[in-house]
Order: sequence, then C-alpha cells, then structure tokens
Amino acid sequence: MRTHELPKAASRVDLEKVLDTAEIIVCCGSGGVGKTTTAAALALRAAERGRRTAVLTIDPARRLAQAMGLDELDNTPRPVAGVDGALDAMMLDMKRTFDEIVLAHAEPAKAEQILANPFYQALSSSFAGTQEYMAMEKLGQLHATGDYDLVVVDTPPTRSALDFLDAPERLTTFLDGRLVKVLLAPAKAGGKAYLRVMSAGFSVFTNAITRIIGASVLQDLSQFVAAMETMFGGFRERAQTTYDLLKRPTTAFVVVAAPERDALREASYFVERLEKEQMPLAGVVLNRVHRSAAPSLTAERALAAAEQLDAGSLTAGLLRVHAERLSLVQREAHLKERFTGAHPDVSLIEVEALAGDVHDLEGLRRVGADLVA
Amino acid sequence: MGDFPAVRLHVVSGKGGTGKTTVAAALALALAHGGRRVLLVEVEERQGIAQLFDTPPLPYQERKVAVAPGGGDVYALAVDTEEALLDYLHMFYKLSPNGLPARTLRRIGAIDFATTIAPGVRDVLLTGKIKEAVTRKDGTRPWYDAVVVDAPPTGRIGRFLNISHEVGGLAKVGPLKAQSDSVMKVLSSKQTAVHLVTLLEEMPVQETRDAVEELTALGLPVGGVVVNMVRSSQLTPAQLRSVEDGTAPQEDVAAGLAAQGLEPGLGTALLAQAADHAERVTLEEQGRDVLAHLGRPTYELPLLSEVDLGALYELAQMLRDQGAA
Repeated sequence: MRTHELPKAASRVDLEKVLDTAEIIVCCGSGGVGKTTTAAALALRAAERGRRTAVLTIDPARRLAQAMGLDELDNTPRPVAGVDGALDAMMLDMKRTFDEIVLAHAEPAKAEQILANPFYQALSSSFAGTQEYMAMEKLGQLHATGDYDLVVVDTPPTRSALDFLDAPERLTTFLDGRLVKVLLAPAKAGGKAYLRVMSAGFSVFTNAITRIIGASVLQDLSQFVAAMETMFGGFRERAQTTYDLLKRPTTAFVVVAAPERDALREASYFVERLEKEQMPLAGVVLNRVHRSAAPSLTAERALAAAEQLDAGSLTAGLLRVHAERLSLVQREAHLKERFTGAHPDVSLIEVEALAGDVHDLEGLRRVGADLVA
Repeated sequence: MGDFPAVRLHVVSGKGGTGKTTVAAALALALAHGGRRVLLVEVEERQGIAQLFDTPPLPYQERKVAVAPGGGDVYALAVDTEEALLDYLHMFYKLSPNGLPARTLRRIGAIDFATTIAPGVRDVLLTGKIKEAVTRKDGTRPWYDAVVVDAPPTGRIGRFLNISHEVGGLAKVGPLKAQSDSVMKVLSSKQTAVHLVTLLEEMPVQETRDAVEELTALGLPVGGVVVNMVRSSQLTPAQLRSVEDGTAPQEDVAAGLAAQGLEPGLGTALLAQAADHAERVTLEEQGRDVLAHLGRPTYELPLLSEVDLGALYELAQMLRDQGAA
C-alpha cells in the first residue's frame, strides 16, 4: 500500500539495527505528533527482539500508561504484562527524583533543611526545566543499574525538551557566577567572600533585590543556595556525565514529527540543535502519513467521474473520498520534500496514519513494525 | 456582541498540534472587527504569530500586524521573559534598563537566574505583562478592547495561569506576592475566558475535558471550545455505515466505475479506503459527544489546506458567524 514514493533520504537509517544495538534512545518532538506512542512502540519492539528494555515517559498526560495497559506509572520501572520479552515502563515523578538526589548527596540534617525550603519545593515541583533535567538524571540512573540493555526516553513536548543539553554549561555559569556568591553572602556574613562582593554595585544590588522580591524571600533564597552549595559540585558532575553519555555512539536521538507545517518546523529546530551539539541523530520519524489504496486513479479523474454519476450515489461518494485523500497525500508529500530538501542527510521514517489512537500492545506492535518496514 | 461580551482577556490554549496559534490569531481578527483595537500576545518564544501574519520576527514591542474588516487593528507582541523583567523593573522600580542596578543584576547573572531558574518568576512576568496590557488605559477607556493570548498548551495551562499558587509558596508577603495577587485577580475575573482548541481526535478531546476540569477547580473561567480542522464527509451516514460494516453493494460500485470508463476492480480499494474514512468519522462523532457534554459554547473551524493570511480572515469570519466574537 506504500504509495507516492518520494526520493529517499541519502542514507536511510536501519531502525531495527538501532533497536538491536543502541543503549539509549531519546525521542523528541513537538506536542501532538505521537511521540509517546513512538517511544513505547520502539521499546516494545526492542523488548520483543530480546533486549531488556525500559521506557521512561515524562509526559504528565498518562498516554503511555494507557498504551501500556498500566493503571498507574510511578517513579519505579514496572514490568509491562503481555510482552513477549522484558519491558519495564515508568513515568517520571520529578519531585521524587530530585528529593532522592538531595537525600543521596547531602548530610541528613542538611537534606532536611533543603527539602523544607520553599525555594526547593517550588523548584523541584513546578519549575519548567526541572522536568528535563530530572528525566536525564533518571535516564542516567536506569542506564547505570545495568539492568537494561536499552532505555527509551520520551521528552516533554516543547523546545525546552533539549534544554538539558545546556545543563552542564548553564549550571557551571550559574554556580561559578557572582550571583551565587552574593546569595551566599548573608549566610557567610563577615567572611571574606562577603567582603569581595561587597564592592561594586553590591549594596545597590541588595537594595534593589530586597525591594523587588522582599526581604523574607531573599533570606529563603540565600538559605536555599547555602544549603545546596554542598551539592553543587555533584550536580555539575552529573550533568556533565549525562551529557557525555548522550553523545556516545550507543545513543540514538529520534525526532518525531507529523507531516504538518508546524510539526516539521519544530522537527527542523530539533535536528539543527542536535547537529550543533554533535549528538547522534538516528533520524526523523514521520507519524500519521496518509496513503492511498488506489494511487493510480488521479484526483482530477476521480472528481470528473463523480460529476457524471448521480451525486448521491455511493460510487460518486467513494470517488470524492478518494480525491480528498489524494490531495492530502500530495500536500504531505510536498511538506516532506521541503523538509528533505533542507535536511538531505537526515533519514525520514514514515508511519501510516491510523483512524484511531493506539491504546494496546497490539497497536504498538503494528506501529513498531511500520517503523522498521 | 458575541458570546463573551464582558470578556476582554481571551486566553487560547489547546493540546499541541491542534492549531491554537492559528485560532488565537483568527479570534484576534474577529474581535477587532468593526474598528476595535486588539492585542495578540505570544508567550512561548516561538514566533508563530510572525509566521502566520507573514511578518519579520516580532520584537518585544507592540506592533500592528493586521487590519480587520471594518477598520479594526490587530497588534502583536512576543513577550520575552528577560525584556519583561527589565520592563517590570523599570515600571515599578524606576530602574532604567541601562542604569547601574540593572546592569549589575545582569552582570552577576541575576536576570538570567530570575528568568530561567527562579521558579514561577517567568510565569509571573509573562502573565504580569498580559495583565498590564489588559488594564492599560487610553484616557478613561481601555487601551485595548481585547487582548488575545496564544497561551501554553493544555498540559501546562493550569500552572501557567495559577501563578499565585506558584508564588504563594515562596512569598507570603512582599512585592512579588502583591504583584501575583493583582495578576490573579484579573485572570480569575469575569473579564477573562480561557478558550480550548481541540481536534476531533481522542487525545485532544480527552485533554480538553481534563483542562476544563482543572481550570474549573482552580477557579479560572473557562470560555468556549474551538473544534479545529473539521472535515465533512462526502458520504451520507447510511453510506458510511454500509462501508464500515461491509454491506456496501460492491457490484453497484464496480458497475458505476465501469460506466465512467474506470477499472471496476478499483472498487475494492476505494471501499477499503472509505472504510478507514468511516472509522475516523465514527470516532469524530464520539469526540463531538464528549465535547457536547462539557456544556461550553462550541465552535467549529474547517480543515484548510494552507493557513495563509487570507485563510485567517476566513476563519475569523467563521468565528464571528458562530458567535465566538
């Protein structure tokens, strides 16, 4: 049924081989393109090909849970029933993951202090970006257990999904920056650090910040930074380790898109970003591609024939449905051509559109088969 | 005028991929109809509005992007968090963006910290800027007749709008708290409506239902539901049923095709294709039922092959015809 063959990208990736050899697969893409389904289908296929696999989703909507037939996903990988192989699934609880890091890296008394700090609580449960960092942290943890041959991760449906790539650099800039020293100053009042930053603009700064956010907030923030300080080195190191892990040839990034203008524009952004960071991009999965069952009958011919028939007849209706389908197929082909034109070296893997959503393993298997076809 | 006469702040959310930016832009045009002044705000730094209106990337500045039928003006603004913070410091603390305190804040990384790392501050700044535009005055009357926001997707909309909760944990008193309270007051007032854009597909419909529940629980006013990219069927309900259950008269189809000089054997392929189509139509009907039960005004917009400026005007007119504006 594959129709309207397009000039294939220069090097078409063999996804089956990726599934058999990769240790980490990261799926990224904009929302509403079937990213979670793709991640689950890849993981299921890898598991059924004999690899011990874990799939990690951080999407708050419980889509993967539904697809995997699990009622609840918590922060621990749980075996998925009905799989002919070993597949565990989990949904990221970012607060819990963050808490675990704090408990593992800080003295018990200090850990208590951090966990109770309002800044920490807000940071760990609602800060946009924490999710990405914690997903990569969890990915690192799962990979490090040695329990899995392959870990598949689904990322949040935003551009910030790749913010974790900036994490090492951003943390370093921040931690080595003067802001931390300034914020630490009240806690170390009288110390040398305080005197050093006291100079240029410091009093102006504290005055400004106190006016803007209020003295009590500044105090909480200062305490938070002081308590976290002991862990900072560890954070930076972990971020760097994850970054290096992602860059290894055993990692494969899969950008997920749909043949729609906006989704492909986002896919371009992800592809360019990954190329810039020299991250191993396996290819772009294009979900929801429409195909026609009768590609030889042109839309024009079908419509002309429908005109001649009784307008209300079934045959005329079928011909019109066909014409609509073909124009959709052509529109999608045009968008695909534009994308391949801009990224000639990126493999495009097409998955046919289904009428309904995938909610069971059988559906995931079909998607998995289509992914490697 | 329209179903939301008292509303001046229209927040448009929806699952990713449902076309919420397009709907927000069309709604802005619809609201501007007849000589009104409307601001369309983008908060996700994607420059989606500039692409829709075919203009260069928007700066952090309100700029006219379109003229509505009857002489109304649509202005657009892409809110940049850092600029919004400097703007805020300037407005409330008279700190010039190029003055020493602002420069010091920038140099030591405080601006970067506040806009990217400090929890909640980003959303307070974005919603704060929106609130400022809503409450701005031109003499005694509002500067803008309406403000339309292309908001974050449904998965994050509750958190984005419920800023007092985010900030509440951090600041019980003080200027940050006061600011977030005043923003929250506008967001939860009768002046505001959160519209949800969906497709007639399972996941978007489900997320719309979840969003209505979440927003209602948070005390945020839910507006209408916009069903986007609706396709009408070329087959009658009876034909769809016959195609779906396999009772369609294959011989008639083959004969019809032959009469037009087409290969009769194509009938099987066309019927299979139509069965797939019929399954989709059935799922869409189920989606419509779920949405109808939400009890919100619902508007439908058709699937367009290309969303260009002309199409935006068409969509705007459809929203007006259906009473959304």
